[in-house]
Amino acid sequence: MRALIATPGLLLVAAVAAATAVAQTPDGAPGDLTADNWLPLAEDGLHDADNPALEILQEPGAALSRLPPDVAGNMVRWVDALRDGYIQPRTNIYPETDIQILDSEVIMRRTGDRPWVVFPHRPHSEWLDCSNCHDAIFAREAGATPVSMLRILQGEYCGRCHGAVAFPLTECDRCHVLDPETAMQNPRPAAQPTTAQPAQ
Amino acid sequence: MRRHPWLLFTLLLSGLPLVAPAEYGDVVLNHRSEKEGMRPVIFPHWFHRIRFRCKVCHHELGFEMRAGGNDISMREIVDGRYCGLCHNGEVAWSTENCDLCHSGRPGLQTGIRGGHETLGPGRW
Repeated sequence: MRALIATPGLLLVAAVAAATAVAQTPDGAPGDLTADNWLPLAEDGLHDADNPALEILQEPGAALSRLPPDVAGNMVRWVDALRDGYIQPRTNIYPETDIQILDSEVIMRRTGDRPWVVFPHRPHSEWLDCSNCHDAIFAREAGATPVSMLRILQGEYCGRCHGAVAFPLTECDRCHVLDPETAMQNPRPAAQPTTAQPAQ
Repeated sequence: MRRHPWLLFTLLLSGLPLVAPAEYGDVVLNHRSEKEGMRPVIFPHWFHRIRFRCKVCHHELGFEMRAGGNDISMREIVDGRYCGLCHNGEVAWSTENCDLCHSGRPGLQTGIRGGHETLGPGRW
């Protein structure tokens, strides 16, 4: 009986291991993942497989397998793909739109027993406009916004994008990167807000 | 079935990863579609962000960053607003190609999809 009880748990572990086997691929050169790592549109649970127009739509695997591989989300390192020139997404449609890039970091220290968070403005402002976050989601003054991990998990603050379109909230150590003791011994130079031209 | 309760339990568990296997960031738009006799729209974030930065749609075009937060009619799109700024036959395919956007299975609810990592950790 004990073996029977243990069976579902073992099967679950096996199922999770199988489901995450792909996600264990270490960082490496593009090409580590093949198009088979992404579900075809007709099998993704959303698209109507009877729609003849599906043949015209681009398949995720055809596009995403050519970009820097990741272990979560779209399985793509989007920031790297943009920075390293794999993709050249347009910054604007209207010629008069002002494109701003901010090159400063914000350190968030109220992180409980987790390492502090370092928020880099540059990669965020390469993708987003300042108004996407300020002032509706985050106040411009550092430390003035009552961010909490619980609210982020509920889809607020950082969770507007992380856990929806940007890398998911399973990837703790991409944001919680700064050990407080090390940071106190070797303080980072004060971040200077500057604007720069967007990467082309 | 009474003799094999764990079998049902195991089947249920093994089925969990199959729930909403959509590509991460896919958005279902169905406030109006099926009421108007069309399939729901599937908006793929991954396809668009290869070609446009977030700021194009979420700043210039005025899309709220919340699935379901944009109450948009087909008339507005045909008139060149929202999706229609690009889907005009010049930047991207025109609105006459209904089935390319209205491509979802019937009955889908509006919202963001993308498997077990969407809206929180699911891998632990």
